[in-house]
Amino acid sequence: MDQPRTPMVFKSPVIDQVGVVERAKRFTSRSIKSEAKMRGLEMVLSMIDLTTLEGMDTEGKVKQLCYKAQHLHDSIEGLPNVAAVCVYPNYVGLAKRSLAGSGIKVASVATAFPSGNSSLEIKLADVSMAVSEGADEIDMVISRGRFHRGDYNFVFDEIAAVKAACGEARLKTILETGELGTLDKVRLASDIAISAGADFIKTSTGKIQPAATMPVTLVMLEAIRDHFQKTGLMVGMKPAGGISKSKLALHYLIMVKETLGDDWLDPKWFRFGASSLANDVLMQIAKQQTGAYQAANYFAID
Amino acid sequence: MEESNKNSSKSERLEVLKTYKMYIDGKFPRTESARYYQPMVNGLSLGNVCLASRKDVRNAVVAARSAQAAWARRTAYNRAQILYRIGEMLEGRSQQFLDELVRQGVDKETAEKQVAESIDRLIYYAGWCDKYQQLFSSVNPVASSHFNFSTLEPVGVVFTVASRTCPLLGLVSLIAPVIASGNTCVVLASETCPLSAITFAEVLATSDVPGGVVNILTGRIEELTEHFSRHLDVNAIACDRLDSEVNTKIKEFAAENIKRVKTYHQDWSTDAAASPYFIQDFCEVKTTWHPIEQITESGASY
Repeated sequence: MDQPRTPMVFKSPVIDQVGVVERAKRFTSRSIKSEAKMRGLEMVLSMIDLTTLEGMDTEGKVKQLCYKAQHLHDSIEGLPNVAAVCVYPNYVGLAKRSLAGSGIKVASVATAFPSGNSSLEIKLADVSMAVSEGADEIDMVISRGRFHRGDYNFVFDEIAAVKAACGEARLKTILETGELGTLDKVRLASDIAISAGADFIKTSTGKIQPAATMPVTLVMLEAIRDHFQKTGLMVGMKPAGGISKSKLALHYLIMVKETLGDDWLDPKWFRFGASSLANDVLMQIAKQQTGAYQAANYFAID
Repeated sequence: MEESNKNSSKSERLEVLKTYKMYIDGKFPRTESARYYQPMVNGLSLGNVCLASRKDVRNAVVAARSAQAAWARRTAYNRAQILYRIGEMLEGRSQQFLDELVRQGVDKETAEKQVAESIDRLIYYAGWCDKYQQLFSSVNPVASSHFNFSTLEPVGVVFTVASRTCPLLGLVSLIAPVIASGNTCVVLASETCPLSAITFAEVLATSDVPGGVVNILTGRIEELTEHFSRHLDVNAIACDRLDSEVNTKIKEFAAENIKRVKTYHQDWSTDAAASPYFIQDFCEVKTTWHPIEQITESGASY
């Protein structure tokens, strides 16, 4: 080893995997009445980070996404806007200009997304670039390789350094739970990220399967809850990847409410990282309003 | 009653009764609503049959929609092979269909004729898969230097209300031409004689028909009329001889997104009940203009 291992300073509670899975399953069997469902669907829309993170992204694609963020479905009146648009750093400036005056935030992935395999200097430069272009939020990835090696202090220091580079921008820390392996490690990574100063913890990049699942999200929500009870400070949560149906999104809202309470049911503290979820929610809202099941080809492609 | 006594004295073992389930997305689920009905023939129950609900219709349409593009992309030749395969499988299980038709009150002679004709009809439409296009397409004369040609494309998802009185042949005669051109369908089986439809689903499941191409529901037309005829993701409706009241309702609802509605009054056992025009009924004509380079006085160089 080129570097001495740092001593383990984080003590996270042990996770009862069977219990977590069972508990997460319970949230899916709540009865939601239609009025509450409508409000829930609108809330989901207002919490979406509309995302495009493809190698084939173009300026046109980003502009189109920004337009969609402000005009989700003009034939339905009174729809909220989404919370943010999430792009790569080189499109932050364009997104910022396209969204000017709308109140929609621009989030940017940074720190050698999605692998995070680069030097700290390059990662910080990546963050500074996004911030100077006007990003309101930075989505960083943790160094999973170092995490698995046991270099928890390295992971902590890196998050803290990125947080410092963010300035005013809020920092979302992506744990990439699909690569962490166990719920115990998810909990440990959550605790490290929270104590290093992350404003949000986020499940996944969307590039690795499995992405967000309910049990993983529950473990992270409990880490946020325990931190809140200890310190009184709120941390946000963003499940990302694999949430494409409104029903599932509503289950997540129930889980947030029952784990953290009403304060977190706000775009400031809870987000969905998704690209196809918005259309499904819009179809559900249209179904509730018209009584007829909808078809995808009546909605904007995003 | 007498007959069942006779049976039990003949054999010691208890007969295992079949659970008749629906067929959605290549699987055999029970109805989401957990409701059942017992169709009666001559005072005897045919068994517990699923009573499909609004959500079953929705699930089936979702399955049909997601299977449609891939099914239409297959070569006409391959769809022909698969239709032929359905015919082969039906032939192999003809005795079971015979028995069930008799149980449903069809006399033995008619039942034999119907099973044979159903097999023949599948082979007939298998033959048409890669031939109807040549018959109905055209190259059109136009007054500019263009190739102008019209070809048929499948409409998409077709909701099919199967014959009430002709449980097997009527069913096959409606499904085969619909799927021959690349449509997918959701079939509502005869309310009074649903057994053949469910057993036919078992044939489909073992005939290389991709899941979702044919979905079979059992239940009451009156309950489901509004849900399938207003569904925006259903592109056309095929019905066999309905009460005029139900028929009018279907047409009214279908007008919302200008669905095509075809009502048939055929005697399915006649020769006239099989023709490529049934395929054409669920296709739409697409016309393409293709410029021709004008090089010489005498016209195109190719």
